[in-house]
Amino acid sequence: MKPETLLYPTPKGLYCEKGGFYIDPVQPVEKALITHGHADHARAGHTHVLATQETLDIMRIRYGDAFCVSSQAAVLGARTGIGDITASFHPAGHVLGSAQIAVEANGTRIVVSGDYKRRRDPTCAAFEPVPCDVFITEATFGLPVFHHPDDRGEVAKLLTSLRQFPERAHIIGAYALGKAQRIIALLREAGYDQPIYIHGALARLCDYYEERGIGLGDIRPATQDVQDRQSFAGAVVIGPPAAFADKWARRFPDPVAIFASGWMLVRQRAKQRGVELPMIISDHCDWTELTETIREINPAQVWVTHGREEALVRWCELEGIAARPLHLVGYDDEGE
Amino acid sequence: MRAFAELLDRLVLTPQRNAKIKLMADYFRNAPDPDRGYALAAIAGTLTLKTVKPNVLRQLVLERLDEVLFRYSYDYIGDLAETISLVWERQAGGETAQQDLSLGAVMHQLEMAGRANVHGLVRSLLDQLEGSSRFALLKLITGGLRIGVSARLVKQALADMGNVDITEIETLWHGLSPPYTALFRWLDGKSDKPQLDMPAVFHAVMLATPVADNDLATLDPKAFAAEWKWDGIRVQLANLAGTRRLYSRSGDDISGAFPDILEAADFEGIIDGELLVGGTMRTNRATRTFSDLQQRLNRKTVTRRMLEEYPAFIRGYDLLFCGRRDIRQESFLTRRAELSALIDKAAPSRFDLSPLVPFSSWEELDRLRADPPDPVIEGIMLKRLDSPYTAGRSKGPWFKWKREPYNVDAVLMYAQRGHGKRSSYYSDFTFGVWTQSDGKDVLVPVGKAYFGFTDAELEVLDRYVRNNTVERFGPVRAIRAEPDHGFVVEVAFEGINFSTRHKSGVAMRFPRISRLRTDKLPRDADRLETLLAMIGQPGADMVEIREPI
Repeated sequence: MKPETLLYPTPKGLYCEKGGFYIDPVQPVEKALITHGHADHARAGHTHVLATQETLDIMRIRYGDAFCVSSQAAVLGARTGIGDITASFHPAGHVLGSAQIAVEANGTRIVVSGDYKRRRDPTCAAFEPVPCDVFITEATFGLPVFHHPDDRGEVAKLLTSLRQFPERAHIIGAYALGKAQRIIALLREAGYDQPIYIHGALARLCDYYEERGIGLGDIRPATQDVQDRQSFAGAVVIGPPAAFADKWARRFPDPVAIFASGWMLVRQRAKQRGVELPMIISDHCDWTELTETIREINPAQVWVTHGREEALVRWCELEGIAARPLHLVGYDDEGE
Repeated sequence: MRAFAELLDRLVLTPQRNAKIKLMADYFRNAPDPDRGYALAAIAGTLTLKTVKPNVLRQLVLERLDEVLFRYSYDYIGDLAETISLVWERQAGGETAQQDLSLGAVMHQLEMAGRANVHGLVRSLLDQLEGSSRFALLKLITGGLRIGVSARLVKQALADMGNVDITEIETLWHGLSPPYTALFRWLDGKSDKPQLDMPAVFHAVMLATPVADNDLATLDPKAFAAEWKWDGIRVQLANLAGTRRLYSRSGDDISGAFPDILEAADFEGIIDGELLVGGTMRTNRATRTFSDLQQRLNRKTVTRRMLEEYPAFIRGYDLLFCGRRDIRQESFLTRRAELSALIDKAAPSRFDLSPLVPFSSWEELDRLRADPPDPVIEGIMLKRLDSPYTAGRSKGPWFKWKREPYNVDAVLMYAQRGHGKRSSYYSDFTFGVWTQSDGKDVLVPVGKAYFGFTDAELEVLDRYVRNNTVERFGPVRAIRAEPDHGFVVEVAFEGINFSTRHKSGVAMRFPRISRLRTDKLPRDADRLETLLAMIGQPGADMVEIREPI
């Protein structure tokens, strides 16, 4: 069957008419398949939800038990029949529980990658390429300017700064799901064994990662009295990016503002946000990884969604690969 | 190259002065020669390198990247050097440098390269370097780092690194050149201070301390001379052994912008004085405002028209060298007599002598200070008659006694978050006063301040901003400011500059928020006309020409 009739964009999200379900819908729907737990992809209020166990757990942690009416855990690699079509989940390497969703009917297979990355991440399963007719790729960092450096070098920058400014608290802004835990795990791998202080918004997710066997070491809440603010001197503190501007940040002595994000590659972005130490660590593919993934999977068509669609579509044209932008709305690339 | 690139990256994003100094001092301590010397030269702006045109760089990129993709990228990033450093893809199968290239080696290759092979050299260097290092290289070869570090700041970092006084660095500076190997050897403690071949051309200037509350009570007025403190910039003019130079007080060479003065300096010696524009007292013409002087500042060269419209001159304060004789150990009175004799013979339109202010008591001087005879005076200088000329700022021999600041009540209009300790506070404020526009009263911004208030007052201001934001522009918040609803602050400032970049046509000099006027409504705040009247509009005719208000 024609792929355009198997899956197509609607205001509520990507829709599969034959199966009667949406993938990562942005409004409440009857049947939803969810790729991963980030808030712009996993919303509360759907009736039936199919997702990996981790993604369901994360939604429960974020939205409470009533986040949907009924849920079903998808086992990675297993095929689920929904009406006339089959769906299967495959690791996407983005955050804990993240999956690509392959949708298949009458010999046509479309893979919705969701958000994905190709680098090693100690906190989640690695991306697995799935052969398909249409590969739907994200394009958050879909410009040739984006080349994410080696994580270890970025962590080394932080460790150098801790030595240089031992009197200052080092506050890292990092997305509460995935990025924060990955930074902690990378710091531990680099041999950093001091306590790491976290903002309250990260606590339950960090606990959950620990439950799933991802060791984060000595984690403590960053909630001490103003009187002993000096105890944060030289400490690593992690909070959601928005916490910088918040009164929360005032409890720390002369903080070094750090932001862990792929956007930090762009100096002006860092400067505008008042970031002093950018850590270029991303949970998305950079340009090279996006293009290499497309070459590796070698689909007949590429559909490009959220991000810089035009550049990736142009690249596909130059490579002789049929490609078009999907124009899905409601996904936020700023939280990265 | 990597260490230098990392230093640049950090400096670009570090707002605090002390942290910048620390980053640079650490780099100088750890980097080898001659890398650190070239880095110093790049930061201080003393590097002389043939620059590469942006178009050449663009061609290099397009050899490897589709033009459309390059355009998308450049549109997104906005800076050519940064875009190229980011999109550069090493040639497939091309050699990857196993080791980091040293900054010194890169500089050497660039210096050796002829016009014909610069193209190929840049391509090969870009291929060998990592992302941040590519950015650093591109900034070096396109000229101008623009990283928010002044020459003064980098000299302070050198002083910190070697644990010496900054005046020692300033004195040596113009006798040395990249890659500054002898300087670093001395700062490392591995050799004596470098000896200059010729008499040092710049000598660290003598500075005054402000008069504090009870300072004068214990001092004898008869031991001091008083002179007006003119509102220009402090300079040192040197003409020694055939070399003429004009320096700012921190030792920046500003000769290029003042050929009129250099040409007229046909006497040998070193003068300390105030650089001003307008006419000298010897030609009976008025001294013009700082605003006019600014037309001549921060320029590498100057047009004939500028020279005619804004003639510069020096009002002499002191003499350091009389001919080739170092007279800094002589008393102020002796030096001044020598200075007076020298200026008598110098060009009348370019040099005059700062007049002394006769007085018999501190009270009398205080009255004179409150009502100076010329609008371009910003206070009084007190100098001990017996004081030698010593580098730096030590308390006792020289005092500055500034005129009281001007005060107006202004209304907060915009606020921006601060940095570091203040990153969670709205602590940078733009404020305005009322003026008529199209028959209506509107607020126009007249200045920006981020200090003057106490920590407790900052809490109040921050809370007001958060609760009264009407619009956001990126990091800036527009604050509610209506005749009956808004926040009035008392602003103290030293003067105003006329500026076409500001809607009001004026910008305050050194404004600070001196008091929160929670007792006042915005409608009670001051008007632009009041502000202008306060300044007494010195040289009103000249103001009119450039800035219709």
